[in-house]
Order: sequence, then C-alpha cells, then structure tokens
Amino acid sequence: MIAAPVHLAGERLMLDPAGGLFWPETGLLAISDLHLEKGSSQARKGSLLPPWDTHTTLDRLTLLLRRWKPRIVVTLGDSFHDTEAASRLPKAELARLNAMTEAHRFIWVLGNHDPHPPNGIGGQFVEEFVTHPILFRHEAVPRADAGEIVGHHHPKASIPARGGPVSRPCFVIDARRLMMPAFGAYTGGLDVRDTAIARLFPRGGRVFLLGRDRLFSFAIGQLDR
Amino acid sequence: MAGTLPEPFLNWFAARGWTPRPHQLAMLDAARAGESVLLIAPTGGGKTLAGFLPSLVALHEAPQDGLHTLYVSPLKALATDIARNLMAPVTEMGLPIRIETRTGDTPANRRARQKVAPPHLLLTTPESLAVLLASPDAAVFFGSLSAIVMDEVHALAGTKRGDQLALCVARLAVLAPSMRRVGLSATVAHPEAIRAFTGADRIIAVSDGAPPVLSMMLPAGHLSWGGHMGLEAAPQVMARIRDASMTIVFVNTRAQAELMFQALWRLNDPMLPIGLHHGSLEIEQRRKVEAAMAAGRLRAVVATASLDLGIDWGGIDQVIQVGAPKGVSRLLQRVGRANHRMDEASNAILVPANRFEALECEAAIQGVAAMELDGDPPRPGGLDVLAQHLLGLACAAPFQPDDVYAEIVKAAPYADLSRQDFDDVLRFVENGGYALEAYDQWRKLFRDSLGQVHVRSARVALRHRMNIGTIVEAPMLKVRLTGKRGGFGIVLGELEEYFGGLLRPGDTFMFAGRLLRFVRIRDVSLECMEGGDGEPMVPAYEGGRLPLTTNLADRVRDLLRDRSMWETFPEPVREWLELQRSVSRLPGRNDLLVESFPRGDRWYLVAYCFEGRNAHQTLGMLITKRMERAGMAPLGFVATDYVIGIWSANRPHDVAALFEQDMLGDDLEEWMADSSMLKRTFRNVAVIAGLIERHHPGAEKTRRQVTVNSDLIYEVLRKHQPDHILLRATRADAASGLIDLNRVAGMLARVKGRIVHMVLSRVSPLAVPILLEIGRENVRAGDTEEALLAEAEAIIAEATGERDPPPPKRRPAARRVPLQTSLFST
Repeated sequence: MIAAPVHLAGERLMLDPAGGLFWPETGLLAISDLHLEKGSSQARKGSLLPPWDTHTTLDRLTLLLRRWKPRIVVTLGDSFHDTEAASRLPKAELARLNAMTEAHRFIWVLGNHDPHPPNGIGGQFVEEFVTHPILFRHEAVPRADAGEIVGHHHPKASIPARGGPVSRPCFVIDARRLMMPAFGAYTGGLDVRDTAIARLFPRGGRVFLLGRDRLFSFAIGQLDR
Repeated sequence: MAGTLPEPFLNWFAARGWTPRPHQLAMLDAARAGESVLLIAPTGGGKTLAGFLPSLVALHEAPQDGLHTLYVSPLKALATDIARNLMAPVTEMGLPIRIETRTGDTPANRRARQKVAPPHLLLTTPESLAVLLASPDAAVFFGSLSAIVMDEVHALAGTKRGDQLALCVARLAVLAPSMRRVGLSATVAHPEAIRAFTGADRIIAVSDGAPPVLSMMLPAGHLSWGGHMGLEAAPQVMARIRDASMTIVFVNTRAQAELMFQALWRLNDPMLPIGLHHGSLEIEQRRKVEAAMAAGRLRAVVATASLDLGIDWGGIDQVIQVGAPKGVSRLLQRVGRANHRMDEASNAILVPANRFEALECEAAIQGVAAMELDGDPPRPGGLDVLAQHLLGLACAAPFQPDDVYAEIVKAAPYADLSRQDFDDVLRFVENGGYALEAYDQWRKLFRDSLGQVHVRSARVALRHRMNIGTIVEAPMLKVRLTGKRGGFGIVLGELEEYFGGLLRPGDTFMFAGRLLRFVRIRDVSLECMEGGDGEPMVPAYEGGRLPLTTNLADRVRDLLRDRSMWETFPEPVREWLELQRSVSRLPGRNDLLVESFPRGDRWYLVAYCFEGRNAHQTLGMLITKRMERAGMAPLGFVATDYVIGIWSANRPHDVAALFEQDMLGDDLEEWMADSSMLKRTFRNVAVIAGLIERHHPGAEKTRRQVTVNSDLIYEVLRKHQPDHILLRATRADAASGLIDLNRVAGMLARVKGRIVHMVLSRVSPLAVPILLEIGRENVRAGDTEEALLAEAEAIIAEATGERDPPPPKRRPAARRVPLQTSLFST
C-alpha cells in the first residue's frame, strides 16, 4: 500500500488508497460519508439490497485503524444514512462500532443525512471540528478560509483509458480545500466536473483516484483527454 | 363453412381485385377449429391480415362487448401502424369493431378509459401487457379474451422480452382458458422451438417464394486487409443509389452509419435525398425518415438494425449491406426489405470492408442459396424476468405458489424450471433471499395462513408497475442542439453518458448525420451547436456488434478448406489464400490452426477459432493467463470475429496445452468474478429483477440520488452470498451472452487433440488482418482497471512534462496509443 502525501494549509497529510486521510502531526484519521445502514434504508423503501453494507464498511474502517493507529478519528458527516439508521444497526455491528469508539477518540461531524446525534453511539457529535489550521466540516462553505476538509459530494472522476473510461471515487484538492471520497459500501458518486463540485475548485486542482494499493493522480484539467 | 369468407369480406377483397391467399384461409379454418397456430411466412405475405382475419370474421358473425383479440408486437411503432392499417377494412366493411393501441406513449386518460370500456382489438407491446396483467382488474379485463396474436415472434423468442411475453401468455391462459394463440414469424432455423414458444398446436408455413438475388461488390482498387467501416466503397455505393429508385444501405453499427452517411454526402453531387436511421436518433426524427421513405421522397437511407423490423415501406428496390452480414437469417431479414412482395425476387448487394469479410459475404451468399438459417435455439428463460413477473402476479391477486409454479412451467422458456429455482426466485421477491434474515420487516410479499402470497402494500405494487420491463439501457444523455443564443434547443437523440464524459468544450463530434460542437453537459442533456472543426469523434456504442453465427463460421471454414470454391472469389481474396497455402496452411473444418512467429521484439500467436468476438475475448483472457503461468510473458491480445492474436515477450511453446479444456475451471471462475462484463450483466439482472429501481413514484429525483452503484452491490453479494439467485442468473446470462461460454466450451471440446501448430519465421498472410487490429483495439494481457489507470497517469504525466518518458525499451504496449482510438468502433 502506498499513501500519497499532500499539503494543505502547510500541513502534510497522507491520502490512503482505501479512502481515508491521515494527519501524522496530530495522529488524526478522517473518513467521510459512511452512510451506515443505507442497505436497510433502501429496504425500508422497497429495494431489498444485500444487507451486508455496514459490515463491509466497518471491515474497511477496521483495516484503516490497524494501518494508521490513530489517536483521533473524525468522520465528516453522513455517517448514518438516515436519522433512524443507528437504531437499525445489527447487534454485532453496533458492538464493533462501540469497540472502535472506545478505543479511539471519535469525533462525529454531523451531516445532512444525520443532522442529530443518534442514541447509543459512543464519541462526540459536533457541527464542525477544528484543529488549527485545519477545519473539518460536512459540506464545503464556498468562501471558507484555506484549510477546509470536507465530504458530502462523494466525488468521483472518470479517466479515459484504452478500451473506455475508468471511473473511481477520488480525493479532490486545491490550495484551499480537500474534498474526501465517500467511504460507505453502497455510496455512489458525483463526477468532479459537475458544477456542484467544480465551483468549489474554481482554479482547478488535483484528483487522486482510489486504487487497490495506490492512488492515481491527475490534474482536473487533464480529465478530458 | 370451411375456407370461405363471409359476404362482406369477399366483396371487400373483390373490390380491390384481391383474392384471399391460401394461408389466410387456412388460418381461418384453424380458428374455427379452435386451434392455436404458428404462421411462418416471409415478409410481404399478408401475414398480419392472416393473423387478424379470423378475429374480424368472428366479431362480424357474433358481435360482442369486451376485449376479443390482443395483438403484441416488439415495436410500439408497429402496433400503431397496424392499428391504422386495420382500420381501413373495418371501416370499409362497416364492422362493429373498435381497435385501439396501448403502449408506453398512450395518454393516461385513454388508458383509464380502456379499462372501463375495452376495445375489441387491443394492440400493445410485451411491457404494456405486463403492466395490464399486474393490475387487480386483470382477471375481468382479460376474461373475455378469445385470441392473442404475437407478431415477429422469431425476434422475441430467446430474449428477455420474449421470456416476459411467454410468462404473460401463460397467465392469460389461466384468465381466459379458451384463448387461441397465434404466432406470426419470419422463416427461422428452429420452427419447432418457435412453435413451442407460441404454444401453438401446429405450424402453417408459406414458402419463401422467389429466392433473393445476391451479389458482392468490392471497392474499386485495393481490398482492405483490415477495418470494418467499408467507406472505401462509398463511390460504388453512391453509383448504385443513383441507379435505383430507393435503396436501403444497411450497416452494422451506429458509428458506421454516421460515417457512411457523411461519406455518401461528400459524394452526393446530384444532391439526392439520402437519410439516416439508427436507434440513437430521436424517435421523431426516425419517424420523419420513415414517413419520407414511405412517401417515396427519399432515394436512400443509411440504416442499422433499427430498420430490420417494422412495417412494409414499399418501393424499396435495392438493399446494400456494407460490412459483414454476420448471419444468414439476419441477412435474409435485411434483404427482404427490398421488393416486399413474395412473388418477386429481392435484390441485394453485399459490400465487404476487408478480406475476411469478403469470405464471410461469399459464405452468406451460399448460405442464403441453401436457405441454411442460423441462430441458436432459444435459451432458457431468465430468472430475473421471472422475479419481475412473480411480483406482478402478486400485485394483481394473491396466489398459491404451487398453482403458479404449474402455470410458469407451461411457458416454453421455463418448461425446465426446477421447483428449487422457482422457490429461490420467489424468496428473493419476498425478502431479498439473503442468507442473513435481515429484512423480514420490509418484505415485499407476505403469506397468509392458507399459504397464499400477497403483495405487502399498494405502494409496493405502484412502484412495481413503474418498473416493469426488461430493456435496460446504459445511462443516456439527450443530445440537445441549441441555437447561437442558447435556449432549450431541439433534441437530436440520445448518447451513452460515458461518451459525453470524454468530450470537452469545443470538441467536434459526429451525430445524427451532423458535425456538432460540444458545449456542455447539463443534468441529463448534452448541449451542442452546429458546426465545429478538427477531426470529429464518432460515438461508439456498447453492444452494437453481433458476433458471427456458428453456421456462417462453419461455412467460412468450409470455403477456406475447399480450394475448388476459390474460383468464385474476387481476385485479391484468391491471391491472399493461395499465398497463405504456400507459406503456412489453411484452417481445416474440424481442427484448430494456430500459428506462431516472431516479429520485432515480440512473438505472436494467432489462433483461427471462428467463434465470434465474445467467445474470443473470453478465450484470450484465459489463454494469456496460462501463458503467464508457463513463463511466456504474454503482453496483450486482440480478438475479432475470426481469430485471436496474442503477443508475448517469450516464445510460445507446448501450444496444444494452452487450449486444454481444463481452463474452464479455476481460471475462468477467478476471471469471471472480476470481469467488467459480469458486472454489466449483473446490473441488467438487478434492474430487471427489481433489486435496483429505475423509476420512483413522486417527483423525479436527480439521477445521483437514485443511483445505487450496482458494482458495489455485486461485490458485497459475491463476498457474502456467492450462490445468491441473482448471481446465478448473472452467470447464466453471461454464459450465453457477453462471455459466450457455451461457444468457448464447444470449441475446446471439438478441437481437442486436433490442434495444428505452424511455427513460422514471419507473419502469414491470413494473420495480417489481426496484426492490423492491434493498436486499434488493444487489450493488454491481464489488463485490469488498475493497469489502465496507471498507464493513463504515466502518459499524461509524460505529455505534460511532469515525468520523463520511460527508456525506449519499455514494454511495447505502453506506447502512446491515441486515446480517442477507443472511440472509433472498429
């Protein structure tokens, strides 16, 4: 596994190919948009998706915790797919999650899918989380100061390769802001060229596409060819 | 009275100077005897009237209220046209018969009125029929049904739409036990299978009349070694168009249609009206072209399979097929478009785009002369379609699983369905069928104390009815032509979303016969303007290519083997084969010729399998895996309909072992699991089975919100429940479809112990075309998305000076292939 180092507001951050971000200086691991229990949320509405999404997402999180051994874990919002998602967590998964929140300092930034702290989940629930000079929040604020790390949009990028385009979730970064890919097992994505994302990176920037063991880096302007 | 028509009908025929045809009267007899029949007749044989005549007579003799006859066609447009054509005799004879259509385009108020006051004759599509059957009043609505007429059954049997229709007919047979079934079909290779599909007691066959007159036309000068577009022949095609009054120029892909259309217009000095017709064009535009054809206002139309089916346009005196015909049945269907009258010979010209295609054209001409039709017998019905149907049944009324199982196995595609598979599909519909009983509270179906299956709620039923259908399209963008001042613009048609993703503002592309400049993508629209400069891109489309049929492949092999046949071949083809014979050998009827030779710093292995592109792709993946293990360091492979070419760093050895049947074991499993083809197949299965919904009630949400990534679901399901019914359905689909496992397995068994390996010092004449394909469509051995991404990253970094180019002796496949080559369907 090869993590990619990037710099934001003078801080050195490591991007993990599994979709997490580690800040060595502070021992902080960030992940975004877990959308736990999206499967059962869809099931409730009539689409009986395979029920192992939370299991899969927590497996992936376990891997990251083992790899980076963080002191602090920050999730950037939309951790639970809906306001009742936490109460639908299967017992075994709830136990696993609580073991994690006990072993690490867990900061849950709230998102639009989970605007209120759910019951029975360990850790601290906040609107935003700041460790100077970095600010963690769910949705980017257009004119925010440099040093914002956000989630919400589930960025993905499509690279024209031989035989057709290859599309992957990605990190997006410019001098002011870093947007994280969604970490949840059933989370779709929005192309970084969509105006909703592009307007947040008006002077371009770089994308880092998630790979099996490494990231693939492109300048946003290069995505077209 | 047997074989006679009532007075008004006789007068109506006589007034037109017509006589009822024998098969039309035979259909009448069959109906009076209460028999279900399959009518096999060539186009232009008065087939449709033969299908309806018994119903018209019955309604004349005994007027009734309620639905009498249901007509199902694969095309909406066909239903509409036939309704119009039937109105004429009904009005003129003053028959008390009401005829209406019901398709996805029928307005809601008319649909509602049809429920209350059904017409006597209802013309519809399999999808709209399924929606009607999923409604609680289906039993009343269809209770009076006397007959169902299924048109173009040969085009439906063996497809998922056919599966759906067969299931619907099985249900209709329960609701209206005295219903007769009538199938209308073109001449087919497996009439018995089509009879079973129709559920007919017997077949009434009409002979095909005069055999078509086919000839081959080569481009002036050089006959190309490679390439599939056939644009070199445009001048000759243009000359033929000038000499005929109305020509259809059939091509194989939409990209080829766009290019041929442009090529013809460049030569169109007399400014003949020439149109374009393919499946991506806006329906309105297509209808305009069709209307212009029917009215004789066009001299030629460049068309794809979108014109293969449909009503009789009349007035077409010439069909030109540019590119390989791919199959005898398909060629006959296309040729039948000319001179749509049975007693006159159709006239068609085949234009091969390269030397192999010249062989294929020759083989097809012989196949047509021998009337050796191709096409495999219909495959078993899809479990995904069954899942959709079971939910539909529950939406209409509660059912007993035992009864429904007995009903389902009466539908021919499901005749061999095991009770186990049926139960698994039912469980999937009920609660997802997962090993983990997680969704008990959100099940879609529940069982009462008597074991009857009910739908859980009206909401589930509503959502189901919105998602009925078995055609799954790739995500599409509407192509919107805006004026200089912007505005809403006109819609030209639809393009695959991924193609839009490859364009950047200012890029030129070719669509709907125009050169367009890309402006931007907004929501689900691709906005563009007229004009643009630079080399245009041509959208390539998924699934545009049919593989060569087994029968035609056999004929091509025969042609190669039998030198006495070569005399009829065009000169360049004959020379090519003679040269091959002197430096190597020709593929035999039942062996497998494999050649190996060095070239540059690589070794090449070329296998002449003739099993079609899909099977060759699969074989290529499996063989390169083996070569890798044997230390031959394969670098890449390319597959066409005829051959596989593999290049490697080390010399290939022990070639027979590379083709041993045991490759269909672990290697296949491992590759299939990760294959993008399987993921694509899974997406279709998941949508049809109702796991992923296309439409939601209420406000139309943005695409992003409704998109559940099917690849992720596939991964999760494969990891946790690899034997889930949907994964089983996916594998079954892929085996006969994109992966074409059945053909791979068949070939490996056939050539066992008969592999002829020719070790050559250089490329053989027969291998030249495949070497030309390399670089056009270049798949590297074991190519994964990871490798492709790494390559794209390296190329861009190099091009922008971020990274030094690699030393010259790197792997040759990493040379900079122009990226847009992938856009040109080859």
